[in-house]
Amino acid sequence: MSRLAALAVVAFFVSLPLWMTDQYFLHILIGTGIFTIAAMSLNLLLGYTGQLSLGHVAFFGIGAYTSALVSLGFDVTLFGWTVTLAPKPVWFAFLCGIVMAGLAGWFIGKVSFKVRGAYFVIVTISFAEVVRLVALNWIDLTEGPMALNNIPPVTLWLPWLGEKTFWHKTPNYYLVLVIAVIAFEIIRRLVQSRLGRSLVALRENEPLAMSVGIDVTRSLVVATIVSAAIAGAAGGLYAHYIRIVDPDVFLFIYTVTMVIMVVVGGKGTLWGPVVGGLLFGILPDFLRDMAAPEVQWIIYGVIMIVIVFFLPQGIVPAVNGWLRSLGTAVRGATAAKEDRA
Amino acid sequence: MEQFFQHVVNAQILGGTYALLGIGLTLIFGIMRVVNFTHGELYTFGAYMLFMFVMLLGVNFFVGILLAIVLGVILGALIEITLLRPIRGADIDTTMLVMIGAWIAMQNLEQLTWSGIAKSVTAPFPSEPLVVAGVSVGWDRIFVFASAIVLIVGAHALIHRTQLGKAMRATFQDRETAALMGVKINRIYTATFALGSGLAAAAGALLAPVFVVYPTMGDMAALKSFAIVILGGLGNFWGAALGGFILAFVEEFGAGYLSSGYRDAMGFLLIIIILIFRPTGIFAQKERIG
Repeated sequence: MSRLAALAVVAFFVSLPLWMTDQYFLHILIGTGIFTIAAMSLNLLLGYTGQLSLGHVAFFGIGAYTSALVSLGFDVTLFGWTVTLAPKPVWFAFLCGIVMAGLAGWFIGKVSFKVRGAYFVIVTISFAEVVRLVALNWIDLTEGPMALNNIPPVTLWLPWLGEKTFWHKTPNYYLVLVIAVIAFEIIRRLVQSRLGRSLVALRENEPLAMSVGIDVTRSLVVATIVSAAIAGAAGGLYAHYIRIVDPDVFLFIYTVTMVIMVVVGGKGTLWGPVVGGLLFGILPDFLRDMAAPEVQWIIYGVIMIVIVFFLPQGIVPAVNGWLRSLGTAVRGATAAKEDRA
Repeated sequence: MEQFFQHVVNAQILGGTYALLGIGLTLIFGIMRVVNFTHGELYTFGAYMLFMFVMLLGVNFFVGILLAIVLGVILGALIEITLLRPIRGADIDTTMLVMIGAWIAMQNLEQLTWSGIAKSVTAPFPSEPLVVAGVSVGWDRIFVFASAIVLIVGAHALIHRTQLGKAMRATFQDRETAALMGVKINRIYTATFALGSGLAAAAGALLAPVFVVYPTMGDMAALKSFAIVILGGLGNFWGAALGGFILAFVEEFGAGYLSSGYRDAMGFLLIIIILIFRPTGIFAQKERIG
């Protein structure tokens, strides 16, 4: 998509709170934005390296828990050592969440990319389950099923406005939008960089990529770190917006949501997860009155199968293809008319 | 010491069904290169079918188990023919996405059909457990173990003693050459998937009277099968069988002596250790290392 179209999309979303007064819909959009960021990070792995991270929710949850815990402060005893942390400002906690999620990504990448094939999928999916168990059982730190409550909302010093605490929906909406644009830019630059090209090269033909001197394992690990860190940022946004985090953030169903967003939107395209994210972020709310959650999930499962069967590249490349062929047809028709004239 | 032996016995019994699950999954991966995310749902399906036959239709318990396994085989064959055959030759990611879609749809269909409330199945065994030297074992558990062993030996015989098994092994070694020799690859794939699914359904049906039956029970079973298959090496029959028992032992002793809250995390720890020190599984033969 051209730069102009991208700017138009951003301008549309910037103007949205000015004419959209329905606070509930704004809430839905904030959630959609957070999940879209997570989907973008998943796309970096699934779309550009061909590696499916089926435990992506672990990075999201680690970001959420770390950010929440650092901003709330904690004190835990581990093997006789007591660690105490006083509450820290939210922006600092948010960065900690990103770093922790990135570290988790480094560990998972380091371990599972020793072997190719199905291992990465299996390691990530089990990792998410283990992190969920830790969040559930380490009650001293995480409060377990009682959840972390009263997480402070984001407080930022803004030019002209001074220090602001984001209690309301509109500032949170803009915060999510800004982070989404930053995440999009990071991914765009990464994908178009040398590293991004080597990722695509190894997705297409690993032995060949290796033979031209690409350090395949290192590239994969770096991609995993970046992807995990962005997912962690999405988790941090979630924690300080919803202001309650419980072990259910690690539920597998959220990873599936991200996967569906990426696959339906178009994996391996920059706009795919955005389109998929908006679609599957807003759609469930419209379907809520029409179908029970189980029925909705059955529909999503079927949609995923149907997309893979009939539109394997996803919506964005398909629409691009149609536009291009439409363009050619129009140009052809004009040319024919000119010939006759 | 008695407690120790109690754990050993418990692990043996759990290990039998883990082995069934692992063997089913590893066969499907080894021969078809498909990471089968519906495996856990076949397990759930087996359990619900037993519940339906025994508790709702009043069928004899043992007949019910057989019927559950047969239906699991049929369902597996249907999944293979409708979902996997049309995308034969697609890369591993594509099939994985289709299987994830099927998994989500199947699990929610089960939730819709049977509701989220857990069901239990009563087995026709004496409630008095067998006590030997202070170690007590329920008769239902002995039955589970014995049946699992029979099924494992049966599956092994099927693969090593029959014409179908020979064709399966040939396909595993070299698909193109097998096809050139007249092996009907499509049929072999369907048979493999059906066999693996039948084993998963068997595990679910066998464990239904021991635990309770609920729609998401398959998730944990699927995760554990993945761990078992990595332990044994992807595509390795005896690796998966032994992997099942190893995972059961680690879980049982980990839960007994370390922390019961982390029981289900043990499989992951094993995977990490294996990947760090012996990435192709304990009983590795092949699988590329990068």
